[in-house]
Amino acid sequence: MSTTVVDARNLLCPLPVIRTQDAVVKLQPGDAVQVLCTDPGVVYDIPAWCRVHGHEVCDINEQEYEIAISIRVGESGS
Amino acid sequence: MPQKPKAVALISGGLDSLLAARVALDQGVHVEGINFYTGFCVEGHTHAIRKQDRARPKRNNALWSAEQLGIKLHIVDIIEEYKDVVINPKHGYGANLNPCLDCKIFMVDKAREWIEEKGFDFIITGEVIGQRPMSQRKDTMPVIARDSGAGDRLVRPLCARNLPATLPETLGWLDRDKLYGFNGRSRKPQMALAEKFGFEDYAQPAGGCCFLTDKQYSVKLSDLWATRGTREYDLDDIMLLKVGRHLRPRPNFKVIVGREEGENRFLEGYRKRFVHMIPTSHTGPLVLLDGEVSADDIELAARLTARFSQGRDAEQVTIEVKQPGGDARSLDVVPLTADEIPAGWYI
Repeated sequence: MSTTVVDARNLLCPLPVIRTQDAVVKLQPGDAVQVLCTDPGVVYDIPAWCRVHGHEVCDINEQEYEIAISIRVGESGS
Repeated sequence: MPQKPKAVALISGGLDSLLAARVALDQGVHVEGINFYTGFCVEGHTHAIRKQDRARPKRNNALWSAEQLGIKLHIVDIIEEYKDVVINPKHGYGANLNPCLDCKIFMVDKAREWIEEKGFDFIITGEVIGQRPMSQRKDTMPVIARDSGAGDRLVRPLCARNLPATLPETLGWLDRDKLYGFNGRSRKPQMALAEKFGFEDYAQPAGGCCFLTDKQYSVKLSDLWATRGTREYDLDDIMLLKVGRHLRPRPNFKVIVGREEGENRFLEGYRKRFVHMIPTSHTGPLVLLDGEVSADDIELAARLTARFSQGRDAEQVTIEVKQPGGDARSLDVVPLTADEIPAGWYI
């Protein structure tokens, strides 16, 4: 299964969340998404957005200046 | 009439919208939240650019509100469409460049489009009569309902009993007696209701939720418009107004000076767009030059950059200058003294 990559680097929240939301709405339950970010706020916001929409955060990989968040699309599809 | 009425609540992240949505939820309404991102929204993360603020707890308050309520939140990018609201507000500006009434009309209108597209029944806002001097007055409430096209499908649960009955009330989806009649600037009724609902740790932004209400930010935006000769802007323009020191040494250009490591790193993302410079002989800021610059302008900016570096008292500082996408070259300059930087340069 392919992974949809969302490049949200150099965007400040909530734009990484919006870009993630825009990508996820086109996907199916079970699909994988990786979001690349630089705003440290995403480690709070993207998981919060996933919780309210029923998506699963599989991994958060924080490097010094870049963060990669892996998501599995949930059943709600939004 | 649907089995369970469906409403979208405008969720700003503040207390009032949180309470308004909760009031409707408690009456059995299916509520989902909507939050509009204009580019001017005040979010804690904007400050988190600065390294010193990285340890602060961060959260998106609209998402936090949605979690408290147990509802979905749809965050909508309206940056492009919102420009017309900022540039041509029909009802004018507030104390600064805040077009609050036009903004509220625009957002309710977008929510109206959303409910019509999604098959929802009505719209909820956290407005309270008298709470805000420009957009939340008794005489502006009907203007918002009318000009947004929402009409009687717009419900303000916190002050509904001071307003004519709306469609959800007349159809029995909402019990008017269980809505509220808040009025005025006092926050005590909202705080009491928050306590009743068990909400703690809710956001209480001192300066509102929009940078356009901020005097300094509005001055920078006015400067941008005046010097460009147009009121057009893009997202990068308005984001950069939130970051760094802004100084205009000459009418044709300004400099944006990173104040610390976090801001320098953020500004690095704009190196392909602007002439930029950084001290190499001493520790110092990344500086972007916004405007058409001559060799003389670049030398002045380099001396200014040296002033903001650790070499401010040195006889000479080496500054690396790069054109966007071009080669680097070095300039050896004498830092400006404090007296050589007029207060009027600061925007």
